[in-house]
Amino acid sequence: MRLRLKIWRQESNEITGRMESYELKEVNEEMSFLEMLDVLNEQLMQQGIRPVEFDHDCREGICGQCGVMINGEPHGPLQNTTTCQLHMRTFRDGEEIYIEPFRALAFPVKCDLKIDRSAFDRIIQSGGFISVDTGQAPEANSTRIPVPVAESAFDSAACIGCGACVAACKNTSAALFTSAKITHLAKLPQGKTEAQERVLHMVAQMDAEGFGHCTNTEACEAACPQEISVLNIARMNWEFNKAHIMRK
Amino acid sequence: MLESKIPEGPLEEKWNYYKSHTKLVNPANRKKIDIIVVGTGLAGSAIAASLGEMGYRVKSFCFQDTARRAHSVAAQGGVNACKNYKNDGDSVFRMFYDTLKGGDFRSREANVYRLAECSANLIDRAVAQGVPFGREYGGYLNNRSFGGVQVSRTFYARGQTGQQLLLGAYQALMRQVHAGHVQLSTRHEMLELVVIDGKARGVIVRNMETGAIERHGAHAVVLATGGFGKIYFLSTLAMGCNGSAIWRAHKKGALIANPSWTQIHPTSLPQSGEYQSKLTLMSESLRNDGRIWVPKKQDDQRPPNQIPEEERDYYLERRYPAFGNLTPRDIASRAAKERIDAGYGIGPLKNAVYLDFSKAISEQGEEKIREKYGNLFRMYQKITNVNAYTEPMRISPAAHFSMGGLWVDYELMTSIPGLYALGEANFADHGANRLGANSLLQACVDGYFIAPYTMANFLADEIRTGPIDTRHPAFEAAEEQVRDQLRMLETIQGKHPADYFHRQLGRILYDRCGLSRSAPGLESAITDIQQLRKEFYKQLYVPRGFAINAELEKAGRVADYLELGELMCHDALNRNESCGAHFREEYQTPDGEALRNDADFSFIAAWEWQGANNPPLLHKEPLHFEFVTPSVRSYK
Ligand SMILES: Cc1cc2nc3c(=O)[nH]c(=O)nc-3n(C[C@H](O)[C@H](O)[C@H](O)COP(=O)(O)OP(=O)(O)OC[C@H]3O[C@@H](n4cnc5c(N)ncnc54)[C@H](O)[C@@H]3O)c2cc1C
Ligand code: SF4
Ligand code: FES
Repeated sequence: MRLRLKIWRQESNEITGRMESYELKEVNEEMSFLEMLDVLNEQLMQQGIRPVEFDHDCREGICGQCGVMINGEPHGPLQNTTTCQLHMRTFRDGEEIYIEPFRALAFPVKCDLKIDRSAFDRIIQSGGFISVDTGQAPEANSTRIPVPVAESAFDSAACIGCGACVAACKNTSAALFTSAKITHLAKLPQGKTEAQERVLHMVAQMDAEGFGHCTNTEACEAACPQEISVLNIARMNWEFNKAHIMRK
Repeated sequence: MLESKIPEGPLEEKWNYYKSHTKLVNPANRKKIDIIVVGTGLAGSAIAASLGEMGYRVKSFCFQDTARRAHSVAAQGGVNACKNYKNDGDSVFRMFYDTLKGGDFRSREANVYRLAECSANLIDRAVAQGVPFGREYGGYLNNRSFGGVQVSRTFYARGQTGQQLLLGAYQALMRQVHAGHVQLSTRHEMLELVVIDGKARGVIVRNMETGAIERHGAHAVVLATGGFGKIYFLSTLAMGCNGSAIWRAHKKGALIANPSWTQIHPTSLPQSGEYQSKLTLMSESLRNDGRIWVPKKQDDQRPPNQIPEEERDYYLERRYPAFGNLTPRDIASRAAKERIDAGYGIGPLKNAVYLDFSKAISEQGEEKIREKYGNLFRMYQKITNVNAYTEPMRISPAAHFSMGGLWVDYELMTSIPGLYALGEANFADHGANRLGANSLLQACVDGYFIAPYTMANFLADEIRTGPIDTRHPAFEAAEEQVRDQLRMLETIQGKHPADYFHRQLGRILYDRCGLSRSAPGLESAITDIQQLRKEFYKQLYVPRGFAINAELEKAGRVADYLELGELMCHDALNRNESCGAHFREEYQTPDGEALRNDADFSFIAAWEWQGANNPPLLHKEPLHFEFVTPSVRSYK
C-alpha cells in the first residue's frame, strides 16, 4: 500500500517544530506502525534527511515507552492498543496519516515524536509505593486477600505509564495515571497504612507538575491501552477527600 | 586464576555460613561509599533500592526514559519459589535439583542451591510491596506448574508477572530516589568502564538527550544490564537491549562465561517479512493444550484445516511420547527447526509450525480455552489478524535468553575487583539451559538478597578510600576513548545504517550459532563475522551531529555485537559436546539426541579479551559435583 505521512519534526526543545510531508510507496499491511516508521527512516537516510526520532522499546505493548498521536488520537484508531501493537492493515491504501507527539505542558517535546514524561516518575516518587525495606516482609500467606480485591487491585496496577490518558484529555489531566496507582495500593491491605499520606502527596505532585484538572470527560479511559477505568479517578477523589478531612 | 569463592561445608549451610562470616560496613560508614548501578530491571532496581535503604549513596542509570520500562517488564509466565504451598513435595533441594538438571549439569551446585534457598523470601518481599499475585478463593496465593517440573511452584500475576514484579522494584527504587539515597539518571547509556589500580571505579555514560559525555566515579560498580539475545536481531528482547555494557567491561578485563549458550524459545510468532524488527513471544503455557504439527508432505499449500488428521505429523508426540508437546524449550525448538529445515515449514515464508487447539477445544469447549488463554488469543489476533479458535496458530523459535554472561564468583563479583554483575547479565545459575520462571527469580534474588551481603565484604575495605576523583587519568583516557569511537562512527558516512549489518549478523548467528552448531559452520561464521565487521567500518552510515540520535546509539551497540558474536562462535566451537541449548551436530546419539561429555567438558568456559585481531583466551573453571551425580536428561 501507499501512504502519505505528515509528521511533526522538531530538532530540539529549543527550536520550533513543523509538520513535514513524506510518501511511502510500498508498505506491507502486516507491518506494525513502528516498523512502518523504520522503513520510512531507512528511506529518509538514503535521501540524506535526518530520520524521525520516536520512542519505543519492547514493541509488544507492555513497556509503555511508545506512543504518538495518529490522526489526532493517542496510539491511533484501535481501542486498547499501543502504537507498537497497531498494524498497517488498519489503514487504507493511499491514506494520509498525521503523526504528532503526545502534547501536554507537563510533557515537553524533546525531539520530533519523543517527549519527556519524567513528571510521571516524580508523581510515583512522591508516594506511589509501600514503605517496606528489603528484609522486613512477613510471610506472604500471613495476610489473606480475597480474589475480587486482588483482581481489582490488579486492574489498576496494569497501567503502563504511557501517557495516552494525558494526551487524550482536553485539560491534559494526569488523573487516570495517578489514580490508578493510588487505587492499586489503597485496595490492598499492605497499602492501607500509608493511604492518606500517599494520596495527598501524589495529588499535590500531580498539580505541581502542571497537569490540568479532571473535568470527567472520560476521554482518558477511551484512549488507555490497558483499559484503566475512570472509576479509579472516583476512588482517588474519595481517598483524597477522606484524607483531607481526617487531617483537619 | 578463577577462584569461585564457594564457602566450605554442607550444601545447605554454605550461604548461612557466608552471611555470618562476611565483613560488614557500619551504618555510619555507608554514607561514605558511592556505588554505581547500571540497569533498572529487576536486578538493578532491587540492588539500588536495597543499597539505598541501607544508607549507601547510589547512582543508578538506564537507557529507557524511565526505570519502569526495563525489559523485565515483558516477562509473562511467572516466577518460581519453593514455598510448598501446594503440599506437593516441593523443597529447596528439589528446586535446586530441578534447576541443576534443567541446566544439564553445567552450573555450580552452591549457586543454584542458594537461588532455591532465597526464593521463598522473594515472594514475601514482592507481596509486601503490593505485587498482586494470583490467589485462590480462600485468599491465599496460588501456584501453577511450569516448564515440565512435577510440582506447582510458579507464582504469577496474570500474564504480566514481570511487569508487576518490576513495578514493585521500581516503586522501591523511586522511594529511595525520593529519600535522596539514589540518584537516578534515565536516558543514559553506559559506554565505558573505568578501572583504577585494578579496581572498578566508575563509568563513562552518554546522556542520550543532550549528547553530553559524563564521568561518574564510585567505590564499586554493578552491571545489571540484562541479556544480549538481541544480537540475533530478531528476538523476543526489546529494541534497546544490548551487550555493550558487559562487552566494554570485558574489554577492560572482565571475563565472559559460556557466551554461546542462548535459549531459543519455541513459541514465538514467526517472522513475516524483511522489515520485521522483533518477534513476539507467546507464553509457553499454550503448549499445555496446543498440539504442535506440520504437514507430512513437504511444501503442502493447503490451508491447515483442510489437511486431514492422517496427513499431519505431530512430531513432538512422535519423537518424545512421554513428554509430547511439553518437552523442554531447547528440545521443542530444535525439533521445530529440524522440520523447517527439512522443508516442512508452513506459512508464507515456510518458517513456522502449527500450534493447534482444535482437540482441546473439542474436548474442553471453547469457553474453557478462552478462560485459560483469552488474552493470548487476543494478542495473537491483534498481531496476525487470525482467529486461533478456528485456525491453528503459527509459531516458530526465537532467540530469547542469554544463559552466558559476565563470569562471576559466588559473591557475584566479576574478575575485576569491585565490579559486580547481576541478573541476566551474569552467567551464573542456569547452566546450559534455563528453566521457565527461574530468571525473574534470579534477577530479584541477586539484587535483593545476595549482592547486598556480598558487596559489603568488598566495601568494608573501602571506607577510608575517600571519594573517587573523576579527574584521574583513567577517567580521562576512558572518556577520550568513548569520544573517539563516537566520532569515528559518525565520520564513516557510508551507505548502510546499523540495522543493515545487525540483520546480517543475526542471520549468521541464528543459522550457525543458534539451535544447532557444527565445527565447519562455526568456523565459516567466524570468518563471515570478521568480514562483516570490516564492511561495517567502511560502509556504516550514521547521521552526523545530532544530540538525540537513535542511529548513533544503534551503531555503537552493533559495533559491540560484531565482536561479541565472534566470541560466541569461538565458545561454541570450543565445546565439543552437546549440552542444554548448545547442540553440536557432531555430538548426538543415532536418534538425534544431545550427547553430553562430562569427562572432558564439565567446566565453565570463561574467555579473556586479547584484542580485536587475536583469538580470545580460554580459562576453565572445573565444575565439581559433590552433592548430586549428573544424570542424562531424557524426555523420551
Ligand atoms: C518476552 C520475555 C518473557 C520472559 N518471561 C519470563 C518469565 O515468564 N519468567 C522468567 O523467570 N523469566 C522470563 N523472562 C526472562 C526475564 O524476564 C529476564 O531474564 C529478566 O527480567 C532480566 O532482568 P534483568 O534485571 O537482568 O535485566 P533487564 O530487565 O533487561 O534490565 C536491563 C536494564 O539495564 C539497562 N541497560 C542495559 N544496557 C545498558 C547500558 N549500556 N547503559 C545503561 N543502561 C543499560 C536497561 O536500561 C535496563 O534498565 C522473559 C524474557 C523475555 C524477553
Ligand atoms: S492510565 Fe492508561 S493511558 Fe494513562 S498512562 Fe496508564 S496505561 Fe497509559
Ligand atoms: S514499545 Fe513498549 S509498549 Fe510500545
